[in-house]
Amino acid sequence: MSAEELTLTARAQRIRRHIIRMTAAAGSGHPGGSLSCVEILVNLYFRIMRIDPARPDWPDRDRFVLSKGHAAPALYATLAERGFFPTTQLTTLRKWGSMLQGHPDAKRTPGVEASTGSLGQGLSMAVGMALAGRVDKKDFRVFALLGDGESEEGQIWEAAMAGAHYRLSNLVAYLDFNRLQVDGRIEDVMSPTPLADRWRAFGWAVHEIDGHDLTALAQVTERALAEAQGPQLILAHTKKGKGVSFMEDAIDWHGVAPNAEQARQALRELGGEDE
Amino acid sequence: MSEPMATRDAYGKALAELGAQNPNIVVLDADLSKSTKTALFGERFPERFFNMGIAEQNMIGVAAGLAAAGKIPFASTFAVFAPGRVFDQIRNSIAYADLNVKIAASHAGLTVGADGASHQAVEDIALVRAIPHMTVIVPADGEQARQAVFAAAQHHGPVYLRLGRPKVPVVYDQEHRFQIGRADQLRTGDDVAIIACGLMVSLALQAADQLAAEGIAASVINMATIKPLDIGAVVRAAKTCGAVVTAEEHNIIGGLGSAVAEALGEFYPVPLRRVGIQDQFGQSGEPDELLAHYGMTAEHIAMAAREAVARKV
Ligand SMILES: Cc1ncc(C[n+]2csc(CCOP(=O)(O)OP(=O)(O)O)c2C)c(N)n1
Ligand SMILES: [Mg+2]
Repeated sequence: MSAEELTLTARAQRIRRHIIRMTAAAGSGHPGGSLSCVEILVNLYFRIMRIDPARPDWPDRDRFVLSKGHAAPALYATLAERGFFPTTQLTTLRKWGSMLQGHPDAKRTPGVEASTGSLGQGLSMAVGMALAGRVDKKDFRVFALLGDGESEEGQIWEAAMAGAHYRLSNLVAYLDFNRLQVDGRIEDVMSPTPLADRWRAFGWAVHEIDGHDLTALAQVTERALAEAQGPQLILAHTKKGKGVSFMEDAIDWHGVAPNAEQARQALRELGGEDE
Repeated sequence: MSEPMATRDAYGKALAELGAQNPNIVVLDADLSKSTKTALFGERFPERFFNMGIAEQNMIGVAAGLAAAGKIPFASTFAVFAPGRVFDQIRNSIAYADLNVKIAASHAGLTVGADGASHQAVEDIALVRAIPHMTVIVPADGEQARQAVFAAAQHHGPVYLRLGRPKVPVVYDQEHRFQIGRADQLRTGDDVAIIACGLMVSLALQAADQLAAEGIAASVINMATIKPLDIGAVVRAAKTCGAVVTAEEHNIIGGLGSAVAEALGEFYPVPLRRVGIQDQFGQSGEPDELLAHYGMTAEHIAMAAREAVARKV
């Protein structure tokens, strides 16, 4: 493990601790799907994306769209860690007057590119941003993060078709393949699989990796960006609730916040209380 | 522009004109560009025209993304499909973030004609009017539609522009100055005020002529902006005339008639009659046959005006 990776691993753990503290303080929210995408966000915000936290509306910045908007705690914690706003804001999540709304609000939060929360819509917005980059002859890249349950939405496949039709080589989508949705396991509720075959059939280059492996995430993203002839889908095998023993792969931790005792235990498992 | 013209034709021409002036204009369509007339823009500016196929939800989301990255997208299809099919996408992807997307929907109302009820949007104004941040414009004729396209592009924020399929009589010449949010008083009378939008405006003018012949002096007001509603104009008309008739090619629930009723109810209640589709679906037929069957001719407007006058206290 390189020194850089060590810090990124530590960063991911800090973000996980934020997620626990934020949802516990709010008394609601979505810890499971937030914990499963932490490495994907860390890789993007700390290694890949060309962004400037001091200038969130810099026109040439790379864009990230959290299509699975309920993972807002993970995005907010990542943005705060990256310097878009103070980490002290994080525990205002979901509270009256907070800039950290229950689901991402691009008008309120610096660094949030798209208002999401109604599943299935974010990839279309990412396609639009990528098209705008092409029209304006700019070289920014657009990243999106989708859920596997979210992939049951028809609009995702409309957007997939459009991304391939317009050969958007400036578009990379990650799919958080944690195999759970609200009512149960994806194959029991409404299976969107085989995902790799379906995305390939829709004309996307597909890369399959362990979504918690920061080395693999970096390599595959760099390769995807370098070789892109069209849109790229990174199918990230993940564990919902990753890092907290009682939340891992547990259906019930989709949309429930930990109570004080559960939060204490989770934080212990995640390396203890910091700051 | 002295020839009758469909508002969708005016839209297509204006859009191509606008595209030449403003490189930020981009246009999306969902496989109906020949009908919505965005094809004109597509031919002139192929690199700024995106046919999204028969996938309206994605089209709306892509328009949101284009706007988020600084473009001014006009997205077009039939009104039954946008807003009809894509309410959630308009609400969550566009309006919530106050994105600068113009949804220009053609084939609104009954006058789609032979395609029948599946293609006749009678509730689109109700859908978009209830969404915060949204501006709603229903131009009365070709000239006003042309000007509304430029006004929509000037206005920052989401706009719904409602366009029709058939040719409609000329109401305005080029001296007209359309302004978002401002009603236009076309005729002044103090017995009854007829407030209309879209193709019902020229029918309202005919109704006013009929009423004049009977000694009833009618005001005719073109309320081309349904939202934000020119409440001042509504209240002034109510004060002057003491009776109001609305006329729209839309369900009387949720459209212009509702908007005017809300304003009157809150600020200056007077007798009101609403001419429009009486909470029904349409059917196949010629536009004239449909308007006659559903009670939306100049005669129907005049009849409603007489009733409103008779109810004055
Ligand atoms: C259109 C829409 N339908 C339903 C919901 C409610 N909802 C929120 S999260 C979720 C499940 C998402 O599952 P998945 O995409 O797999 O997310 P993850 O497992 O990563 O949390 C549902 C149904 C929603 N937000 N949007
Ligand atoms: Mg899932």
